[in-house]
Amino acid sequence: MNGAQVEFRGLRRAFGTTVALDGLDLTVAPGELIALLGPSGCGKTTALRCVAGFETPDAGAVLVGGEDITRVPANRRDAGMVFQSYSLFPNLNARDNVAFGMRVRKVPAAKRHARAAELLELVGLPSQGGRYPHQLSGGQQQRVALARALALEPSVLLLDEPLSALDAKVRVTLREEIRRLQLSLGITTIFVTHDQEEALSVADHVAVLKDGRLEQVGTPAEVYDRPATPFVAEFVGTMNHLPGRLDGDQVEVIGQRLPVHGEVPAGPDVDVLVRPETVLVTAAHDGDAEVVTASFRGASVRLRLRLADGTEVLADLPGHDATRLGPGGRAFLRLVRRPVLVAPRATAPAKVPAAGV
Amino acid sequence: MAALTPAAPPVTDAPAPARRPGRPRAGRGWRGAVLVIAAVYFLTPLLASFVFTVNDPVTGFTLDAYLEIFSAEGFVSSLLLSLGLAAATIVTVLVLTLPAMLAARLSAPRLRPVLEVLCTLPLVVPPITFVAGISTVLRWGPDYLATTPFYMTLIAVQNPSFPVVLVIANVVLALPFVYRALDAGLGAMDVRTLVEAARNCGASWPHVLLRVIIPNLKSGLASASFLTLALVLGEYTVARLLGFQPFSVWIVTISGSNAAMSVAVSIFSLLLTWLLLLVLSTAGTRRRRQS
Repeated sequence: MNGAQVEFRGLRRAFGTTVALDGLDLTVAPGELIALLGPSGCGKTTALRCVAGFETPDAGAVLVGGEDITRVPANRRDAGMVFQSYSLFPNLNARDNVAFGMRVRKVPAAKRHARAAELLELVGLPSQGGRYPHQLSGGQQQRVALARALALEPSVLLLDEPLSALDAKVRVTLREEIRRLQLSLGITTIFVTHDQEEALSVADHVAVLKDGRLEQVGTPAEVYDRPATPFVAEFVGTMNHLPGRLDGDQVEVIGQRLPVHGEVPAGPDVDVLVRPETVLVTAAHDGDAEVVTASFRGASVRLRLRLADGTEVLADLPGHDATRLGPGGRAFLRLVRRPVLVAPRATAPAKVPAAGV
Repeated sequence: MAALTPAAPPVTDAPAPARRPGRPRAGRGWRGAVLVIAAVYFLTPLLASFVFTVNDPVTGFTLDAYLEIFSAEGFVSSLLLSLGLAAATIVTVLVLTLPAMLAARLSAPRLRPVLEVLCTLPLVVPPITFVAGISTVLRWGPDYLATTPFYMTLIAVQNPSFPVVLVIANVVLALPFVYRALDAGLGAMDVRTLVEAARNCGASWPHVLLRVIIPNLKSGLASASFLTLALVLGEYTVARLLGFQPFSVWIVTISGSNAAMSVAVSIFSLLLTWLLLLVLSTAGTRRRRQS
């Protein structure tokens, strides 16, 4: 394990009247990959920049390996960073970009060239060392940037939405490679992203941030299956909001009684949060739900169904099960029996879930 | 206008061959016409001047006027003075503006408009006003200060063999051009990300400036330098009114005594400036291509 523990202690940072970090407490275990996930403006990038030294918190501290580095200048920190925008030095070729940090530390030329070649091979660009940034594709540039960030063998790797400028296919392959590399090097990695799929697929732990505060931290499965707050439920994955009625520690929703998970709000009328894949759809001529739209996604189909009372429900089901359920078809709906999250009834009339990912 | 006549044929010629891909053809024709008109506009006075300097009504063709330049009194000293002033001005103005502009961009973006207005101000203050102010300050030196370093500084900056006061004045006059050139250069790169990437690799601030900013700002620095060079070589008002004799002042002084030679000197200085600009700009581009 080359990684160090990273700890955020009560980190606060305000820009004018905007509070980017509002007392962030978070500990990242050595050698793990943690994803900081949240909408734009939630403070995830600010938190990362506090570790890199580009931002000084107004209060609180950042500890790496148990050492307070809050006041250490950026160039004396032990953290490699990959930026969101292309950050290679345009006047240097890929090899010299990777070797830049070693050159700063006056590593002998032969040694740093050998190390740069080794790193370029590690990121899958063994023959591109002589190329200049403008001769490389976006994905290649980010690979070189990754090699550069790893060149000084830092104890922390910081990734600031490194994939957001790339196209979908490259994004998926590169994130898998980052994960593979991170696992083999055992380097503590903080991965900032607003893409929940990215966060869930590569991270050991996902920390969901909102308005500069930590909403929840947990394994991807925990965050997805047991969102601690309605915000997390909403932000990670797609959620149905179904009208329900509380009855003790159970809730009645579309004719079923399900146990409530987590906090129980006051009023009897609540929103029940249900994942589309936990809605079971059975095609039937006399079904009480009507299919409004069906969008085919290859392996699965997402149906938008309307209940008799006008409630719209999203349901995901395997592609081959949905052949008989075109728009206008009828079906019965049932929910998988498991504890559900409930939220106080939002007053907004329409409860149509976003048709996002 | 008579000089325009030879330019006429290409203009009328262009639309005549109605080729299929009409647009590029017509475009090229117009481009040619504009080029010819511009060339006529700029080259006619030059050629006329040149003919005037080499054509002696009595002996015919002669290069005497040019040969005279080099033997004329004050030529070498004034030219060297001008080049020296230009070099000092370029170094000073770049050392002053580049770090200031970087600092404003990176850590005080709200100061950028202030910096811009400050740097553009010399454009709207006429040099004559400027020099009036300078000479008032230079003349002001009460006796009770005569033994202080301040007074000696005032004297030293006016040393006629290398008047530092002219460098100071030229720096101010060059600010708008240098600011524009550098601002365009800095705008063309993602300064913040590059600086942060370099800092992240362990580079100190001087290292960032020398190894990251300057190599990527070459074209901006080159254009700032040659604008300043051209400005200093041509600057007359301030130098003349403060009583120094750089090249531009020398040309005017010498022109009173010998008409042909004064024109020859003008042509010579023009060629010299072009040559220097050419050297500076090719140096800039060659290094860029190399990298």
